[in-house]
Amino acid sequence: MRASRKNSREIVEAGLARRRRKEAAFRASGMLATAVGVIFLGVFFATLVMQGASAFKQTFIKLDVEMSASVLAPDGKLDLAYADFDGLVRNALRKEFPDVSGRSERRELYRLVSIAAGYQLRDMVAADPSLLGSTSTIWVPASSNVDMLIKGNIDPEIDESLRPINDAQVAWVESLQENDRLETRFNTALFTNGDSREPELAGIRGALMGSFYMLIVTVALAFPIGVAAAIYLEEFAPRSRWSDLIEVNINNLAAVPSIVFGLLGLAVFINWMALPRSAPLVGGLVLSLLTLPVIIIASRAAIQSVPPSIREAALGLGASKMQVVFHHVMPLALPGMLTGTIIGMSRALGESAPLLMIGMVAFIVDVPGGFTDPATALPVQVYLWADSPERAFAERTSAAIIVLLGFLLIMNLAAVIIRKRMERKW
Amino acid sequence: MTETKITEEKAMPEAGPVEPAGEFAAQKPNGAAARKVVDRVTEFGEETVGEVRCENPFVISENVNVYYGDNHAIRDVTLEIGRSEVIALIGPSGCGKSTYLRCLNRMNDSIESARVTGTITLDGRDIYSSDLDPVALRARVGMVFQKPNPFPKSIYDNVAYGPRIHGLAADRAELDDIVHTSLDRAGLLKEVKDRMDEPGTGLSGGQQQRLCIARTIAVNPEVILMDEPCSALDPIATARIEDLIDELSEDYTIVIVTHSMQQAARVSRRVAYFHLGRLVEVDETDKIFTNPQHKLTEDYITGRIG
Repeated sequence: MRASRKNSREIVEAGLARRRRKEAAFRASGMLATAVGVIFLGVFFATLVMQGASAFKQTFIKLDVEMSASVLAPDGKLDLAYADFDGLVRNALRKEFPDVSGRSERRELYRLVSIAAGYQLRDMVAADPSLLGSTSTIWVPASSNVDMLIKGNIDPEIDESLRPINDAQVAWVESLQENDRLETRFNTALFTNGDSREPELAGIRGALMGSFYMLIVTVALAFPIGVAAAIYLEEFAPRSRWSDLIEVNINNLAAVPSIVFGLLGLAVFINWMALPRSAPLVGGLVLSLLTLPVIIIASRAAIQSVPPSIREAALGLGASKMQVVFHHVMPLALPGMLTGTIIGMSRALGESAPLLMIGMVAFIVDVPGGFTDPATALPVQVYLWADSPERAFAERTSAAIIVLLGFLLIMNLAAVIIRKRMERKW
Repeated sequence: MTETKITEEKAMPEAGPVEPAGEFAAQKPNGAAARKVVDRVTEFGEETVGEVRCENPFVISENVNVYYGDNHAIRDVTLEIGRSEVIALIGPSGCGKSTYLRCLNRMNDSIESARVTGTITLDGRDIYSSDLDPVALRARVGMVFQKPNPFPKSIYDNVAYGPRIHGLAADRAELDDIVHTSLDRAGLLKEVKDRMDEPGTGLSGGQQQRLCIARTIAVNPEVILMDEPCSALDPIATARIEDLIDELSEDYTIVIVTHSMQQAARVSRRVAYFHLGRLVEVDETDKIFTNPQHKLTEDYITGRIG
């Protein structure tokens, strides 16, 4: 007996080194995996910020614009809709560079300034008609090619034919810079404008509002339906083959590719129910279908985590099933339900595929003002801009992604805070 | 364990598997021994030994059977429980005493596969009749559980919950009164009267269990079921609960499931011994502990089973 006990001790000790080696190897592999993940994430964020950060700035050119009545109202009557504000900008540019002559050269010169300059002048005159006849010094946005040149995204050293801005234009930009007539400022247009074909005019407000209206529809539909379904399935539904079948199908629905939901939305909401195309309402309906399984699964898990002793205590006191659910189970499960809902919402916010199917990929300039106005969504805007040929859209794509990730981060943070705040210990 | 086995084999040398006791085998470490015990019950007859009837019966069970799916958990239990009587249900784990207890306030209703046959009457009314709402029954038959399970609410709200859902208090003052009286009766008022708004889950285990008792008596029930109320408590807290049971027995019929024979001896007037779903013996507490009639009861109280 004693001999065998000593023997077993020796065996255990002999094996210890091997166990420790295995443990160390396992730890090392775990750390390696984590490090790889962190590195990928770091590279992703770094490139995104490096590419996108410059989009939050925009180059502006200072011009002395003479609001000459002879240009704006040649027949003595000012009509804002038809007045030639672009002509004022052209005159101002010609005055700045008096030695530029010839039609094509002048046309090149005019291209330094964005077409937004004319709109800006029109708005100024509309706000204050007394400006007519005076000369004002204003900052107008530069064209996207000038912007790219200033930000260093176009290399002036390479052959002229390989860049969208020619040597003469580069020289003019340099002379503007020398005269302190060129400046980069915060790009408010990015946040106040809808989409545009001109990169310097394009903004994410339209997409942002589209996403906002869609998420409202999604929350309003998916949260109550999902929670109600979860409560019914967990607390009231009899366990039977039917409830098992429903459970399996809900789990399967959570794994269905999102584009399938888009096709369903196209067939049911647009073709059959004749709801408008490209509308946040339809997008929200499709996204509710998409997030419902996620919410149901999370809510059921939250309900299951409520200890049965609490239910028994309430039942033992004579509470009815409804009272047990609404007085005891719901308050304890609510943080989990809300967390699941927010996670479902952030998935909905990041979805683009199903929205392509219901026409939310259209080029829409106006910022939507309601649930049935045509709109796009943030991820779709990313897709649209990534598809555009202008160089300036590349940085705007990254900027849109940064904004999208920012919202996702805020939502996930909210989920964490809600869970921490509302969680009750028992 | 070895001792038990030897005794049983001596008692039943020619035993063969007669009863389908497979489902119970899982609850006992040695399935073979369990099967033999069942046979011996059969041999002794299925009749309960002792006195199942009592004076002034309040809760009467006649031929109660409980099935969980195919599992026959309670077999033909007939038992009368008297008014203002403390009766202790004892027996080894898995013998069905808790299951029987939960029949008395229809807590088994929440288990889908559970099926109860036979009749149980409370003050002459069948509690399983279709026109009786379990909600109304549970207001009359309160329950205290094995593990203290206060709601994650304030002490006040814990006690006030029952009266609130049943609408027992007309106004806030009356509710305050119910809460205070109940806490007082449960012997907890002195300890908590300055912190009624603190969570009930912040109390010690013994205090929590007394809070659960206060919560139960706040509904003013006629019967209190206690399912091993002291098994999660230390001896001092246990002693307090036992004193409390003694005091409460003046006004309430108390059915207590316990694993402690000392506890059964201390608090109860009658004891019912359950074994593998059968009610083996019922009698006055003194009689059970000094002069058990049934071999199984004797084996259990002398520590040879369980």
